[in-house]
Amino acid sequence: MNKRILEMIGGRLAVAILSLFLVSLAVFFITELLPGDTAQELLGQAVTTEAASQLRETLGLDRPAILRYFEWIFGLLTGDLGYSHVSDRPVASLVAERLPNSLTLAAVTMAITIPLALSLGIFAAIWKGSIFDRAISSVAIMLVSFPEFMIATLLVMWLSVYLQWLPALSFIPTTADLHTVVLAYIMPVSVLVFGSCSQMIRLSRAAIADAMVTPYVEMAMLKGASRSRMVLGHALPNSVAPIVNSVALSMSGLLGGVIIVETVFNYPGLAKLMVDGVSTRDMPLIQTCSMIFCGFYLVLITAADIIAILSNPRLR
Amino acid sequence: MTHQFDKSRFSRNDDSAVENAIRRGATRRDLLRMLAAGGVVAATAGMFAGSARNAVAQTPKRGGALRVALNSTSTADTLDPVRASAQGDYMRMSTFYNKLTVLDNSFTPQMELAESFDTTDAKVWTIKLKTGVTFHNGKTMDSADVVYSLSRHVDPKLTSRANALAKAMTKIEAVDKSTVRIELDQPNADLPAILGTYHFVIIPDGTTEFTKAVGTGPYITEVFEPGIRTVGKRNPNYFKSDAAFVDSIEMFGIPDENARLNALLSGDIHIGASMDARSAPLVKANPNLRLMVAPGGSYTNLNIRMDMEPGSKKDFIDGVRALINRDAINRAVLRGFGEPHNDQPIQRASRYFNAEVVPPAFDPERAKHHFEKAGLLGVGIPLVCSEAAKASPDMAMVLQQDAAKIGVTIDVQRMPADGYWSNQWIKAPFHFGNINARPTADILFSLLYKSDAAWNESRYVNPKFDQMLLEARGSLDEAQRKQIYGEMQAMVAKDAATIIPAYIASADAMSTKVGGLNPHPLGMLQGYNIADTVWLDA
Repeated sequence: MNKRILEMIGGRLAVAILSLFLVSLAVFFITELLPGDTAQELLGQAVTTEAASQLRETLGLDRPAILRYFEWIFGLLTGDLGYSHVSDRPVASLVAERLPNSLTLAAVTMAITIPLALSLGIFAAIWKGSIFDRAISSVAIMLVSFPEFMIATLLVMWLSVYLQWLPALSFIPTTADLHTVVLAYIMPVSVLVFGSCSQMIRLSRAAIADAMVTPYVEMAMLKGASRSRMVLGHALPNSVAPIVNSVALSMSGLLGGVIIVETVFNYPGLAKLMVDGVSTRDMPLIQTCSMIFCGFYLVLITAADIIAILSNPRLR
Repeated sequence: MTHQFDKSRFSRNDDSAVENAIRRGATRRDLLRMLAAGGVVAATAGMFAGSARNAVAQTPKRGGALRVALNSTSTADTLDPVRASAQGDYMRMSTFYNKLTVLDNSFTPQMELAESFDTTDAKVWTIKLKTGVTFHNGKTMDSADVVYSLSRHVDPKLTSRANALAKAMTKIEAVDKSTVRIELDQPNADLPAILGTYHFVIIPDGTTEFTKAVGTGPYITEVFEPGIRTVGKRNPNYFKSDAAFVDSIEMFGIPDENARLNALLSGDIHIGASMDARSAPLVKANPNLRLMVAPGGSYTNLNIRMDMEPGSKKDFIDGVRALINRDAINRAVLRGFGEPHNDQPIQRASRYFNAEVVPPAFDPERAKHHFEKAGLLGVGIPLVCSEAAKASPDMAMVLQQDAAKIGVTIDVQRMPADGYWSNQWIKAPFHFGNINARPTADILFSLLYKSDAAWNESRYVNPKFDQMLLEARGSLDEAQRKQIYGEMQAMVAKDAATIIPAYIASADAMSTKVGGLNPHPLGMLQGYNIADTVWLDA
């Protein structure tokens, strides 16, 4: 690996860290702009001015925002995520309850989507114009056109309510065996796979199709390579960069962007935690969740960038 | 004492007219128009009433793991009595703790941890406690625990949600191990009822940690994850012998009504709280499910500020009163999930309800006469409504349709729910409000009708009323109280411009395997209190 690659990777990482810092500023000051505050939300309809200011003082919300921002940032850097006033518990413990759920859902979905979508996309490119290609493309467009909540609700009505094969909730009892857990994951994972694989199928097919009309693939054709050899040996390695980026983009929403799936299946994940935080104006919670989502996004995008850099033979 | 719906007063034809229209694809709005057009005759009772009464006679069975889905949950979920504010919190309170008293179906306090309440002047109270009751940690409950528990609500630093009620207790002290003395700032005969409301549960002296609930209640906390779930297992040392029948209760929130219903239909949960009229037919059609309809819960009322135009004209108020079609509202808007009411806040279930107060009949001709006298025919009258006040946009529609027919133009202004309570409610001259059921007549009248009450929705001012309120509050004579509260209801119904067309029912759907539950006028799930009585038929 040469110096130039290291420099580029270093640059990418620096940009990621800078983005994270800017996001922290934006998140903090935008949440400050939300109408109403924790004290008012906590006291509800019967709020009085004295009670609200008493509570604000107890919670330390009467201090200037800039001071609270730096406290929060230093807390984050030292691993202290802050304290949720609404639930009267450390944010870390709230996140710890949900993060494993969200990560599991994201990991299972990725493990299925990535190989499935890529192989379908590649085969569609190999057999471009065939019945298989057209079927895959139209199914992909259909799936991407159906909103997630509709697919989810139809699946529940069919598989849980009528056939009663699967539980309607992915809300796993505390004492669940593996069988129950697997059954509970089938529907939410399917909905997420349907939603995210269409884009990847179409992008990987398009990227390879693009590469197929380049002179070097024409050259391969002229030397007598088979169609699959042309795709796998020549077009694919050159399409890694756009494909990896499309994978990263599709997957980046799996932590914070699955609120519909979490709502329909009552799955206790991070997206719902953040929505709760917004509705109760629980600032430390909103801020922590935003940073986690943003961090996850940046990790994926930066990883995709690095892979793209490494896959570029001109840089090797 | 429970108020029962009178099913005979409502004909089958009315029911089928509405249901047919729905089946033919009528929207809610079409239906309102159809009913407002006079096509459907008066009806009184709820469509789904009475379905829950059958559980009473059966013998409870022990065992089983009950799963209950509530309609809301968030990270604000708590086990701390001073922070309790959501429906799920009230459920947790009654599952893990006990109070000194409990409110029965007529809001009459019955002794729970207290043995007796004694007073001679309604100002100084002596409370004898039951002995031999133990907390989940093995400690015996005594007067120090009661003093600590109640004092927490008085302490302004803890900002208890029940502080407004609790601060009347100026002195709370232990006389001996099993006796507590409470002094009030002024006589209040309702103290036993107030201490039977959600927040006043008893916790061990000195408790500051609420990650687990240590109470005397029927269930012991096994899991408590805010916004996720709460699980309790049966308390083997519970002081009530004929209570707490299931082995464990798991409670969690499914805010999406469709998801809640689907979970019930697929058998994932036993009880789905708070269903609306749309889900009801699906529940009714399933032989394994039943619906429990509780008549109370809350009411949505039409308020006219009497100190502002046009409410300062008496004829305007009388006109609106004659124009409000209570039956159409109950049938078409609430679709049977309510019962007509008589313009005063006391529920029918209350032992103080005055049945002689009858609301004015729907009479467009008389209404026209009043509007004409007020000079308001053909003038656009703004009416503010919002989804924040349950069902109010639809009620406004009904009124608008009826008004149009007599030449009165009501300009319905639908406001966003966000900010409605601080910007529109009480402030607009002609608007809708929504009030949750309260356990005592005194609380309702003090909160909503006392001359200087902050929530006096129509700005009703009557020194005699205020006087009677104090008199009833301090009186220990039940007959006298009933008489005063009866008169006050008549006064409010006649003179305050807060029109309460109907009380809105709440409905819980449950598996037919669930027994031991009855509608309670405080609202859903037996008034947020199921743990003692619920059982499962395996």
